[in-house]
Amino acid sequence: MPTLSKRFSIKARDYLRAGEVSIEVQEILKKIGFGAELIRRVSICAYEAEMNVVMHGGDGTLHLFVDTSAIALVVKDSGPGIENIELAMKEGYSTASEEAREMGFGAGMGLPNIKKNSDSLKIDSEKGRGTLVAISFEVKGP
Amino acid sequence: MKLAEIKEALKAKLLVGEDKLGLSIEAGAGCDLMSDLLSRPMVGVVVLSGLNNLQVIRTALIAGAAAVVLVRGKEPDQEMVSEARSHGLPVLSTPFTMFTACGRLFKQGLRGIDQRLSD
Repeated sequence: MPTLSKRFSIKARDYLRAGEVSIEVQEILKKIGFGAELIRRVSICAYEAEMNVVMHGGDGTLHLFVDTSAIALVVKDSGPGIENIELAMKEGYSTASEEAREMGFGAGMGLPNIKKNSDSLKIDSEKGRGTLVAISFEVKGP
Repeated sequence: MKLAEIKEALKAKLLVGEDKLGLSIEAGAGCDLMSDLLSRPMVGVVVLSGLNNLQVIRTALIAGAAAVVLVRGKEPDQEMVSEARSHGLPVLSTPFTMFTACGRLFKQGLRGIDQRLSD
């Protein structure tokens, strides 16, 4: 299995392009040949994290790392940061805009869903200092 | 249930996926909340939605859904069509409302995803 490291940029409030990065990540993982369930989990986490940057962050990046034993996503943005991470992890808690809600987002499920679908989730954020979300997945089997 | 039978039951227009009418659909889900689509496995599932925007297509792709049906006669714009087409996701449009469309499919024997979860 090849090792891979690829960085994508994400633009804040660009709802037209929102999700393109995650679809590309999904295509890359399919091409490498990972199992469908692992691809589903990684794609969902990438998409939730990408939408968080679009909805809340400043511009940001998503970095995909793949090697034989793990897949990792590191998502950074220069947005307003998360004031209370514990609260943001609660299902149903949301600070999304009306615009995001009209698109069907902002139900307060993003970070909890990333936690549910990943093997490890680390969030580093402070109000006014942007957010870094590191998500990883174990790769089992051949 | 085949996608062609879903098209018939919903008196739907097929907008993308002329080659996918033989696809087997295992279950159905009706939702306007994209987070709901992402919270459960959607493989083999036809998603009915009242939302009509590009994110419905992208969310369905990410969730691995088999097809999307837009209710209340909504038709996708060009960007939605090309996104769905380039990833092989069938898109239909039915004149029925969400409740009626779900009911018609249920009557034909299609069940929701809750059944699969309890298995």
